[in-house]
Amino acid sequence: MATTATVGNEKSLWRGGMAPFKASYGKLMMWFFLVSDAFTFSGLLITYAFLRWSAPAYNGDPADFVFSTEYWPIPEKVYEAFPGFHGVELPLVFVGLMTFILIMSSVTMVLAVEAGHRMDKKNVVKWMLWTIIGGICFLSCQAWEWSHFITGTDTATVADVVVNGRWQENYEIFGAGLTFNQYGPPAFAALFFFITGFHGFHVFSGVVINIIIFFNAANGMYEKRGHYEMIEKTGLYWHFVDLVWVFVFTFFYLI
Amino acid sequence: MATAAVQIDAHDDHSHDHEHHHETFITKYIFSTDHKMIAKQFLLTGMFWAIIGGAMSSIFRLQLGFPDADLGWLQPLLGKWIDASGKLDPEFYLALVTMHGTIMVFFVLTAGLSGTFSNFLIPLQIGARDMASGFMNMLSYWFFFLSGVVMFISLFLETGPASGGWVVYPPLSALPQAMPGSGLGMTMWLVAMVFFIVSSLLGGINYVTTIINLRTKGMSMSKLPLTIWAFFLTAIIGILSFPVLFAAALLLVFDRSFGTSFYLSEIYIGGEALPNVGGSPILYQHLFWFLGHPEVYIVLLPALGITSEIIATNSRKPIFGYKAMIISMMGITVLSFVVWAHHMFVSGLNPFLGSIFMFLTLIIAIPSAVKVFNYLTTLWRGNIVFTPAMLFSIGLVSVFISGGITGIALGNSAIDIQLHDTYFVVAHFHLVMGSASFFGMVAGVYHWFPKMFGRMMDSKLGYIHFWFTFVGVYLVFFPMHYIGIAGFPRRYYSFTNFDAFSGFTDLNAFISVAAIVTLFAQFIFVFNFFYSMFRGRKAPANPWRSNTLEWTTPINPGHGNWPGEIPAVYRWPYDYSKPGAEEDFIPQTVPYSQTMDSNLPHENDLIELEGEIDEIVVDETGEYIEHDSH
Repeated sequence: MATTATVGNEKSLWRGGMAPFKASYGKLMMWFFLVSDAFTFSGLLITYAFLRWSAPAYNGDPADFVFSTEYWPIPEKVYEAFPGFHGVELPLVFVGLMTFILIMSSVTMVLAVEAGHRMDKKNVVKWMLWTIIGGICFLSCQAWEWSHFITGTDTATVADVVVNGRWQENYEIFGAGLTFNQYGPPAFAALFFFITGFHGFHVFSGVVINIIIFFNAANGMYEKRGHYEMIEKTGLYWHFVDLVWVFVFTFFYLI
Repeated sequence: MATAAVQIDAHDDHSHDHEHHHETFITKYIFSTDHKMIAKQFLLTGMFWAIIGGAMSSIFRLQLGFPDADLGWLQPLLGKWIDASGKLDPEFYLALVTMHGTIMVFFVLTAGLSGTFSNFLIPLQIGARDMASGFMNMLSYWFFFLSGVVMFISLFLETGPASGGWVVYPPLSALPQAMPGSGLGMTMWLVAMVFFIVSSLLGGINYVTTIINLRTKGMSMSKLPLTIWAFFLTAIIGILSFPVLFAAALLLVFDRSFGTSFYLSEIYIGGEALPNVGGSPILYQHLFWFLGHPEVYIVLLPALGITSEIIATNSRKPIFGYKAMIISMMGITVLSFVVWAHHMFVSGLNPFLGSIFMFLTLIIAIPSAVKVFNYLTTLWRGNIVFTPAMLFSIGLVSVFISGGITGIALGNSAIDIQLHDTYFVVAHFHLVMGSASFFGMVAGVYHWFPKMFGRMMDSKLGYIHFWFTFVGVYLVFFPMHYIGIAGFPRRYYSFTNFDAFSGFTDLNAFISVAAIVTLFAQFIFVFNFFYSMFRGRKAPANPWRSNTLEWTTPINPGHGNWPGEIPAVYRWPYDYSKPGAEEDFIPQTVPYSQTMDSNLPHENDLIELEGEIDEIVVDETGEYIEHDSH
């Protein structure tokens, strides 16, 4: 049963008995959760900034750059691989593709929300499916990038490290682990794993939620309910995850 | 004038049906989605933890006050933590202070206070059937419960619970080999905190959303009781600060368990060099105190809100400076996020940065002082009714002043560097945050007990409880200032080993006796609580002759709170002793059109608008769905 009350002016929306932001409690809750989650990511990115700028930087000519555990690496030298192009330097091309995929999945999410406004079940289902595919593609790319990052390049970096509880001098480091890595100081890989992993976990949760919503929409649950607000709420989360990636991308790959 | 069409789904028919649903023991008392039951769950769990946390403080006070005493009689309780010669294990002493802090700050004064009163009062005082999401509210309690279970189990570990202080600074907390308490106990501490943060987030999001969307008609933000404003701002602080602790805790988990070096660098332990390089323990301190300082206000603001309500009601006077109170609380909310580094003056912080944080810290004195003056001016020449709740509220104002004044001293970096980590700091925060919040919580229980259980608590026992507690906290915490100025550091197991600290033994013994007596006085309250729950005098509908909405519900409100329509609100909650009125209180539900004799000129103008309030069709579900017609 829906009734309409006509209200004099904007201010009186706050007089009680109605939703002053013209948003349901569920949508408000999603917004507050996202604000909270933004603070979690801020904490992590501040950690990144703090540790990165307390580590020595590479001061030489970028052309002569080699990996060393003594200074923070130049991102373009680390993220330059592309599947099937072994030995070709393609700085930031792969991560650019990943970012493009994630942003495109946000676009399809917008289209799903828009279709929901029109109560167009067929298109909601279609665009949700594309969003899910985009999310899965992003996660797959991330899995490839991680495995490449962990395996490392053809040439090792030599440093003194502790392996299995014993000091090893002039140890040949290949790839990256949580304790040390061939690219730079330990914090470089640890932060990479932690922050992109935390973001990846958000994407993963988003994909799971999207799949549930997809099935609900396909089964006509929202049509029966009379509105597709659930798509909007998930959409908010999905766009947030996308937005966070922009920051993560900037911090890790560009600066 | 812009005209907005507001679509409202009115579900008032089905929401009345709640009372007819068949409720089993499990849905009513355990997995309840009723905010009142969840509030009681939080309260009882909070009391359980308060007794454990209080008992812990008594045990370490025994050690501090009577270092030579034979504590062998505690062996049945503490087992191997009391050695053969009857001495408390020094490692366990550290665990006791750590767990006392953790339990009191998080489990008692955050979950026990906010969890109880935000849950109980928000729907009742804003005029809502329940929280926006009863299910999330239930989850919030059960995550808290789970967190408590993990923390409780950690008390019984072979290596003891976490013992690096409630702030769990690395590297002590990050290296399991650093001390026994940094082993499994620390891991469980972190796991428990992660659950706790989830609980706090679920609760906080619900509180804020409910206050925004589910106020009854007429209940504008400027007619909200100050309790609700306090809970609202508390929840906002929690939503913004706990996630940063979450991030800090996860990073600590990685340092402990997965070999990263976020907080660790260049450490020798037991003569052995650790491989960790590049991390910073100071980073943890920044992240921790970004939560840790706002946490102080998460603990304090609800108590201040409860006090505002109780003092106005029992002074039979409008609260002095209603808007000033709200603005002060908003000021405290904002400032609470920009002062964290005053906990870190001795961490090697740049002195210039220190002076900025000092400046920001001292600004907090202004809104705090505004609140204190408003309490005092509300009390001034009021017809004070000394109920136990009122006594505890006045007690709160007292300890808030005493503890707040030393805050001005400690906020100065030059003085703080001298007093840092001494008993002066312990005295300061136990008065201003610990005791004040505890007083607010107890005051709230005395005041809203009739609404919770339909019976009155015994006020004679309440008076005895108050005087023991009030005198007790001063006897405990006031002497600590002197001990702190004398340079006694916190968290030391014993002072008899140091010539410099050989004085003040008698004062320490005095504090210990006072602390233990005060702890035992709390059992008067516990007895009163449970006795009154079953045998107390039956409560009338409005025992304190109060204005707020919760007293318009039935004496034992069911699920849904009001049997019929939710009442509309026409006035602010503080019309006490209004000249010309028949009674010395006018509930919020009485329209100005019915009180022509007591209306002020501008209130007569509001009568016209009351028709508009009546016309509003209440959306009891908090849903707002825009239906596009095309």
